[in-house]
Parts: sequence; structure tokens; C-alpha cells
Amino acid sequence: MTEFTYIFRGRNIPASPEERQKHLEKWMSWFKDLGAQGHLKDPGHPLEDAGKVVNGAGKMVKDGPFAEAKDVVAGYIVVLANDLAHAAELAKGCPILEVGGSVEVRPVQILKM
Amino acid sequence: MDLSEHLFRRESGRMVATLTRIFGVQNLALAEDVVQEAFCRAVDVWSFRGVPENPSAWLMATAKHCALDALRRERTARTFAPEVGRMLESEWTRAPAMEELFGAHKIKDDLLRMMFSCCHPGLPGEGQVALILNILCGFSAGEIAHALVSTPPAIEKRITRSKKVLARSGKLFEIAAPDQFTARIPAVHTALYLLFNEGYHGASPESAVRAELCREAMRLTAVLLENPLGARPDTYALAALMCLNAARLPGRLDPAGNLHALLDQDRSLWDQELMAEGLKFLELSAAGAELSEYHVEAAIASLHAMAPRMEDTDWAKIVSLYDTLIRMNPSPVVALNRAIAIAHRDGPERGLEAMQAIAAPDRLSAYPFYEAALAELHFRCGRYSVARQHFTAARSLARNRMERQFFDRRIEACERHGG
Repeated sequence: MTEFTYIFRGRNIPASPEERQKHLEKWMSWFKDLGAQGHLKDPGHPLEDAGKVVNGAGKMVKDGPFAEAKDVVAGYIVVLANDLAHAAELAKGCPILEVGGSVEVRPVQILKM
Repeated sequence: MDLSEHLFRRESGRMVATLTRIFGVQNLALAEDVVQEAFCRAVDVWSFRGVPENPSAWLMATAKHCALDALRRERTARTFAPEVGRMLESEWTRAPAMEELFGAHKIKDDLLRMMFSCCHPGLPGEGQVALILNILCGFSAGEIAHALVSTPPAIEKRITRSKKVLARSGKLFEIAAPDQFTARIPAVHTALYLLFNEGYHGASPESAVRAELCREAMRLTAVLLENPLGARPDTYALAALMCLNAARLPGRLDPAGNLHALLDQDRSLWDQELMAEGLKFLELSAAGAELSEYHVEAAIASLHAMAPRMEDTDWAKIVSLYDTLIRMNPSPVVALNRAIAIAHRDGPERGLEAMQAIAAPDRLSAYPFYEAALAELHFRCGRYSVARQHFTAARSLARNRMERQFFDRRIEACERHGG
């Protein structure tokens, strides 16, 4: 099994309390399934929308990232999958896809000796 | 750990009520924003990290943090209550003051205070019900529109208008003052009764949606009963009538959404637990000398509930209860129900006479069950083609697919008899 990082973007949480709870329950059951099948290596973290961006040799610190809503990184997790195709397949179950978001699937680089 | 059903919706009501007390009613929208933010955080953190041990406490603690941020951010832009203003003067006193404002003894009555505030005399009944559904029950305008078979923009408008009235009222209702409490409680009863009836007789074709409205009305009535001033005979009678009617809902609407008249309901589907609870409330309502409409309606519901078969129903007693009810509330709907009870007691011809005697029957002209009652009585008299005409009229007034299908079945029955 190989490690992959899922980067979640554009998490648009529905507006009513009932819809929110339903959405949360979908995430919980997706995480639960990933864990039960041994795919969840690290449950990662959700991220706040706004922070600071430190840039360039001048080490400029700015508020940011102020990306468009659909591009804002909402969080990440690390999963174990057979290969990239398998990892992408597993990502199809992510509830973020139902609310206009995306999952970026990136293999973790392993130093090969 | 799993979440209990409707946790977010219900906590939303409690949290908005608490924050509105703290921020002041003129800042209701800010309170709602803060609660939204707390829920977004819960969705973010809980989906990655799991549900905390005590989700309600986590939500309230998060709302408290978000509230503090909001107060810091908005302190110059908005006016808050004097005690909140004083609290904001110093970073040192802010945290302990927040603890005080969010203390368990303080938040206990927030839901009830908001319930009374929503029943503002400047609002029509439908505005009060919309506010209760939105603020206390946590339904969005879209969800309310779905439940009440209206459009989201229409409900949105109703909510916005009602919130303006609430915000202009200057402060939340003071439930600690017994005379004010007593003066406002009839309006609260009426709003809860309307909410219940939206579920019980309402236009939504979905039985689950309607049962949910009934459950919300019952939950809020239970909150009212927890207060010593609220636990009065008429509140118990209201609770009794809700339980006894809700107990029959599973027989009234089958899972496919088909409507069944009282006549052909499968009584084994009636909810025995709710029935027992209703009878217990009815007993508790018997204290005191005053007889409210809710007492009479609950007594009628109990007679239906206690009849093991349709033919065991004590129609004589039901007619005499309707006689009492019509003296208290001479409405055409009560008169219609009374006429139906008379038909059961004395036969369909007497029932038709009672229907002809209804004052202001034009107020029933949009109500499909007036035509349907005429049709049933003519049917029982063997006048099948007249019955058919009235069922056809009822069908044209039907509010949803379920009602249309019900009338279609009755029209077919008339045709089978040559009508």
C-alpha cells in the first residue's frame, strides 16, 4: 500500500441546520468506512479559511490566501491505497463532491534508497 | 459516537435564543450569524476528528467563543445591552462576564422567552408560526415552505417581516413577570395549536413532514409545561389534545401517503404510548374551574381514541361536547365537525340539516372537507350522483396528490353504485 494525501478544496457547507447535520453524518460515515477498510493513515485536519502567507526572499507576511472559495484548501487527510487509480476511486466517496468541492489526490513522495 | 436526530436543528433554537438574550433582540441577525458560524466549525472539526463527548456543550462553548469575537468586532458598530457594554469595557472582565451570561441557570429559560417573544401581538398567527419554525425549531425558509406547501420567497418574506417586528419591539419578552406571562400565554397556546394543526390537517402530502411539525409543537408545549407558570390546566389540555390526535396520525396517513378517513382507519396502528400520555395530560388538565376550548377538544379526541372500533364511539357525548365547543368558538369548522357527529348519532339526514344550518358556510368554500362531508352524507342516504358531484367539487379543492387520490377513490365508489 502507498500513501496518498487528499487535499479538500471548496467546501461549501449547506445552509440549514438539518442539511448541515446530514452533511456531517456523510463525512463521518465516509471516514468510518475508510478507517474500517484500513485506508485511513492519518485523519488530518480541517483548516481555517484565512491565515497568513509568507512570501519571497523578503519574507513578506501577508494576510491570505484569499483564494476563490472553490480553491480554498479546507483540509487534508492521508490515506493508504494500492495505487493512484485506487486512491482516486476511494476519493469518489467524499461528500465534498456533493457540495461543489473537489479532492486533489497526490501521492506522497517516498525516498527510494 | 452518533449524533441524535435533529440535534443541530434543536440546538440552533436554543443557541439563537441564548445569544439573542445576550446581544439584545435588535441584534437577532447577529445572533443567528454566530450560531451559523458555530455549526460550520462543528461540521469542520467533527467530520475530521469525530463527535465530542457532549456535542451540545461543545456547540454552546463554540458559540460562546464566536460570540466573544463578534462582540469585539461589532462593539462600535452596534448597540448592545448596557450590561454587555460594561462587560466589553475591559478585557479582564469579559471572560468571567461571558461565563455568567452563559451560565446554566441563565440559559434555562431562553427557549421559553423566545417562544413568548415570537408570539408578539403585532404579528399575525402565520407570522408567529413562521418565526417559531425558523428561530426555535431551526428550519430554513426552504424547509418551512416545503412543510407548509408554500414558496421559499413567500416564507422568506414572512420571516423577514416578522423579524422586523420582533427587532422593533426593543426587548425580549419578560417571562419572569407573572402578569405579563399570563397575558401572553393565550397567544402562545394559539401559535402552538396552529403549528400542530399545520402538521395534523395541513397541506403537505408527506406524512413524515407532517408528523415532524406535530412533534415540534409537542416538544415546545412540553417546554411550556416545564415552567411553573406555564403548567396550567389549559396547557395540559393543549398537550393532551396534541398527544391524542398525534396518536392517530399513523392510522390517518399510511406510509404511501394515502389518507384514511376515521371510518376506515386501522386502529391497531394508533400509537398506544402517545395515547396513554394524552390521557395522563387530560387528567392533569382537570384541575381548576376554567374550561378552555382545548379541554373540550381534548375530551373529544379522547373519546375517539378510547373507542376500540368505530361503532363503539360515544357519538352522543361527542355531540354534546361539540355543543359546548360551538358556544365557546362559533366557527364554521367547529359547526361542520358538529354536523358530522350529529350524522353519526342521528343518521345522515339529520347531519345534512345540521350542515345547512351552518352560519357563514362561505368561509368553508375553499376547504375540501366541507364538500367531502356533504358528499359522504348524501352517499349514506343513497343519493350517489349528488354524492359524486360533491366529491368532484371536493377534489377540485384538494391541496395535494394525497387528497386528490382520496377523493378519486370516493368518486369511484359513487360510480360503482351507479352515481
